[in-house]
Amino acid sequence: MKGLRNIGVVYRKELLDSLRDRRTIISMIVVPLLVMPVLMLGMGTMAARLVIRARQEIPKVMVLGGEDSPKTLAALRAHKTIEVAPASQDYTNLISEKRIRAAVEIPVGFDAALQSGERQTVQIYVYEGEMKSSFGAQPIDQFFRQLRDATLNERLAAHNFPERLLRPIEIRQTNVAPPKKVSGNLIGSVIPYVLILMCMTGAIYPAVDLTAGEKERGTMETLLTSPVGRTHLVMGKCLVVLTASLVTTLLSLSSMWGSFALAKRLVFRGMSGGLPLPLTMDLASLAAVFVMMLPVALFFSATMLAIALFSRSTKEAQSYLQPLLVITILPAVASLLPGLELNSRLALVPVVNVSLVSKEILSGTYHWSYILLIFGSTSVYAAAALAAAVALFKRESVLFRM
Amino acid sequence: MIEARQLTKVFQDKKRGEIRAVNEVSFRCQPGQIFGLLGVNGAGKTTCLRLLGTILQPNSGTASVAGFDVVREPARVRASIGFLSTATALYGRLTAQEMVEYFGRLHGLAEAVLHERIESLFSTLDMNEFRHRRCEQLSSGMKQKVSIARTLVHDPPVMIFDEPTHGVDVLTARTVVHFIRDCRARGKTVIFSTHTMREAEKLCDTIAIIHQGHIMAEGTLGQLRAQTGAQDLEDVFVSVVEAK
Repeated sequence: MKGLRNIGVVYRKELLDSLRDRRTIISMIVVPLLVMPVLMLGMGTMAARLVIRARQEIPKVMVLGGEDSPKTLAALRAHKTIEVAPASQDYTNLISEKRIRAAVEIPVGFDAALQSGERQTVQIYVYEGEMKSSFGAQPIDQFFRQLRDATLNERLAAHNFPERLLRPIEIRQTNVAPPKKVSGNLIGSVIPYVLILMCMTGAIYPAVDLTAGEKERGTMETLLTSPVGRTHLVMGKCLVVLTASLVTTLLSLSSMWGSFALAKRLVFRGMSGGLPLPLTMDLASLAAVFVMMLPVALFFSATMLAIALFSRSTKEAQSYLQPLLVITILPAVASLLPGLELNSRLALVPVVNVSLVSKEILSGTYHWSYILLIFGSTSVYAAAALAAAVALFKRESVLFRM
Repeated sequence: MIEARQLTKVFQDKKRGEIRAVNEVSFRCQPGQIFGLLGVNGAGKTTCLRLLGTILQPNSGTASVAGFDVVREPARVRASIGFLSTATALYGRLTAQEMVEYFGRLHGLAEAVLHERIESLFSTLDMNEFRHRRCEQLSSGMKQKVSIARTLVHDPPVMIFDEPTHGVDVLTARTVVHFIRDCRARGKTVIFSTHTMREAEKLCDTIAIIHQGHIMAEGTLGQLRAQTGAQDLEDVFVSVVEAK
């Protein structure tokens, strides 16, 4: 009882102290509330606008050859979704320099070959991976596909052959996954990654301030003269770091949810046909992901508290914790890797396990055995990190490291 | 009462090897008296006081503070002491009152008792004017008063002062000196370290000269004068240290 009371006294003081620190407020509240809308709305709006603008732009394309095929050439020139640029031998450079989007080479005698039934090859030149170039190539590709189909149908009709003779098998793909799962699979890749990062970011500043900061400001010795045991001091401090981490995570989640709803209304509304995919965010799944983040937050809090405690100054602590942030990004990326699926081995790898299980939860799949195993193993890692922090706090060489 | 018995603290230094900061130190401080540890910088004063305050653990030997053993009952020792040094800073973002309240609660005081103590301390030390101001905004004199209130909030029978006037201005130093005398007048056991001869001369009932971790001489000022044949404390100090 007395121990709990002491932890509570330390917790309340450290929380009050942290809440009065502008830097903690920035990392705990301002960053998640600003970063998410900026990322989702700002970047989303920008990306969507760029795509819309690129789609609206009539691409300039070049037609090479075709002088002896006036019918095709005239049809191409009359095509409303492209602008035909004068032919030039320098088309390769012009495409690379983005002065034209694509070029199409019509072989000699194309119109005549169509009539005689000879096989022809139409070559389209593009800048691979460049969005606007692909938007330029699309209408040309479509034009020649339609021309091919129309010619084919004419030939079949001339010989009284039904169309099915050429297409004995029709292949269709139908999505059977409910929209929640489709959407969870898409958004679920990003959310765990962002949450793990925010969970860690929120813990960094208070972890440094409550340990190395105390050493630097000379209050550590003051605190050590109190009768409260060092275990209770660490627990109280760790709970404050955990609170900061969880508040950051919770605010990031809320902000992400809010920004997402706004982005759906504002950004995708402008796109023709509305949303390209069924994107939804389910509150129950987000809550479950938050629960999975609890032991992760404790693991990060205790680890960072231990590392920062070992440091002589806040500067030294930050220089140790920044690389840790980079190291954590790697396993957190697991949810973004296509095809990487949860198995019993990965369920024991810290951070990777939570990243992958959160992705599954967001798509509505609850593998309870994995969920329990991951929650349990991460709790064990968190307890070990806390024990390490307590052990360090009892070492004179660490507390009075000069 | 404080009784140190063969107290020893050894530090391991990568460059210098083994450092015996406090070496088999024994002494006794009585209630209602001021015991002074006089020594140059690095003599072992701070380490000795940190051992008594259980901030550090001795390698060998022990001490009893207010009847509790520093090795076996460190929490009880800390509950019985008020520890003040230039290194014991304040939490800048807490107000003067919050700072004292925090330490009162860490010492397990009930809320009613705590508030009674705070009212009494703040009036005695004339702190009411700045009780709700953050410590980072206080002058050094005000800060020292908050530190004093912090050490007294649980009314400890033993007071440990590690160079409490080091680096503070004359007026603040006077407040501290007055406070130390007041502790003696109220029957507390006071141990005090300094490297200032004049301060030791003015305040201490018993002086122990500490050098390189050893207590070289101990006694009242009169006894030390008689032992060395010197009158001025500085001469006494030099003669004791050089005799080694």
